[in-house]
Amino acid sequence: MTLPRWTPAQKRRRDLLDAALRYAGLLLVTLLTIGPFLWLLSTSLKSGSENLFAYPPSLLPAEPTLSNYARVFEGQPMLRYLANSLIVAVLAVSSNLIFASLAAYPLARMRFRGRRWVFGVLLASMMIPFQLLMIPVYELAIALGLQNSYLGLVVPHACTAFGIFFMRQAFSTIPAALEEAAIMEGVSRLRIWWHVLLPLSKPSLATLAVFSFIAVWGDFLWPLILIDDPQLYTLPLGVNRLASAFSMDWRLVAAGAVFSLIPILIVFGFSQRFFIEGALKGAVKG
Amino acid sequence: MRLSHPLLPYLFLIPACAILGLFVLYPAGKAIWLSFTDFNLITSSHFVGWDNYVRLWADPFFWGALRNTLLYLLVAVPMLVILPIFLALLVNKALPGIRLFRALIYLPVVTSLVISGLVWKWVYEERGILNHFLLATGLTDNPVAFLTDPANALFSVMAVTIWAGMGYYMVIYLAGLQAIPRHLYEAAEVEGVSRWQQTLHITLPMLKPSVAVVTVMSSIAAMKVFEEVYVMTRGGPLDSSKTLVFYLYESAFVEFEMGYAAAIGVVLFAVTLILSLVNLRLLKQEG
Repeated sequence: MTLPRWTPAQKRRRDLLDAALRYAGLLLVTLLTIGPFLWLLSTSLKSGSENLFAYPPSLLPAEPTLSNYARVFEGQPMLRYLANSLIVAVLAVSSNLIFASLAAYPLARMRFRGRRWVFGVLLASMMIPFQLLMIPVYELAIALGLQNSYLGLVVPHACTAFGIFFMRQAFSTIPAALEEAAIMEGVSRLRIWWHVLLPLSKPSLATLAVFSFIAVWGDFLWPLILIDDPQLYTLPLGVNRLASAFSMDWRLVAAGAVFSLIPILIVFGFSQRFFIEGALKGAVKG
Repeated sequence: MRLSHPLLPYLFLIPACAILGLFVLYPAGKAIWLSFTDFNLITSSHFVGWDNYVRLWADPFFWGALRNTLLYLLVAVPMLVILPIFLALLVNKALPGIRLFRALIYLPVVTSLVISGLVWKWVYEERGILNHFLLATGLTDNPVAFLTDPANALFSVMAVTIWAGMGYYMVIYLAGLQAIPRHLYEAAEVEGVSRWQQTLHITLPMLKPSVAVVTVMSSIAAMKVFEEVYVMTRGGPLDSSKTLVFYLYESAFVEFEMGYAAAIGVVLFAVTLILSLVNLRLLKQEG
């Protein structure tokens, strides 16, 4: 279909209208995505005397107070939960980065017998849902004495087939000449991996780190079945416990939930570019 | 490449293979084996043949959970395929502040589902903010019992799954949009083709591969819904929001019928395996 061509003035008007409509749409959508969180924040700051179910609801607390946070900290070891989450996340993310990129090296750059076979098994293991594995892994964790331990929490995240594929993709884009030169110099493969491949794959490592961090930080099902000692609760378990302990005194639940959101907001704030990249690479190149 | 010891590649692979072998492959085989036993962690287990599967076949709770999971596939998946296209079209423009908007739309994706579930439980309250909004705008005359009415619970939980996941698929579509050759639009522009027609005749057809990928990925995700259910409804009321994974969890870690739960896991695996194979096909086609 051929319409009359646009004049510059028409074009400018059209662009302005387009931008205005977009901003309106964007505001509406973001209100939907962050609105519940803002409502949570507002609730967490409301004082005990304020009716949470006031009609109409008050979006801003009448007398903002941090007392709900103080009470949550008195009643629950929130810092302990935070420390547990951090320890597990650091262990899981670093071990996934190391083991996945170690395995990715030969898969990306070496020829060896059984390569296709290794590939096939890795691919297969990516398709197995954790929910199928959790009963035997639970049994195994108990047999290995990993119940109520950091190591037990880390284990399902310690090395992922996705991570191996992801790092292989990154390594295979690095020019072979760099590596050949180093081999001529007699540098060992392990040193090449550490001094050549890893530094050149920093953006991919960062993306994988961010992705594994989200997975382990938000994990609920595995800690729920593995951990029964509250001293080892991670934040999701802690907040869940909060919800039952304070039997829905929403001010306190909200304060705990807001507290548990802060670390992920910080990580997200600093690294959103890696999230977006990661989602792209993860989806398109898998 | 020459000049390296023939065993070297395997040394690099050993740690990863050991971990995956011990915590993925061995348990996968074990899970299938357990589904043929009456394993319960307490008494010694016996081989029971197909008993667990026969029992599944006759178990109304299993069929209810399967039905709810299939409803997820029928309702939540199309929403997760279509809504993010609009979001991606909305944010696919270099406007001031667009990166912030993208981040804010993505935010629910990075939030632990337990927290999201709790937040929404609060939003869904009978005298909560959502009901207030619905009453104020006259959309309903009486407060909606989002989580306490068996007719609503599953769909209310689904809405949270959609809310929590759409940012992720938006980003996948965004990648698809940015891969469309610019010259197609330039040519259309010269011809005076309207933006709407460009979207209809260039953008959407070129987005087909992304649609396929998102369909499969969101289907696999929908098969595994658990946290939202656990936090908001515990499968209730009257099992109306019990999903397959929730039933698996309940059978294994509340009822301690782990052999039976393993059989549920095998069913789950069979369905996700089919979906994953389709996904793989699609990714290969895409190059």
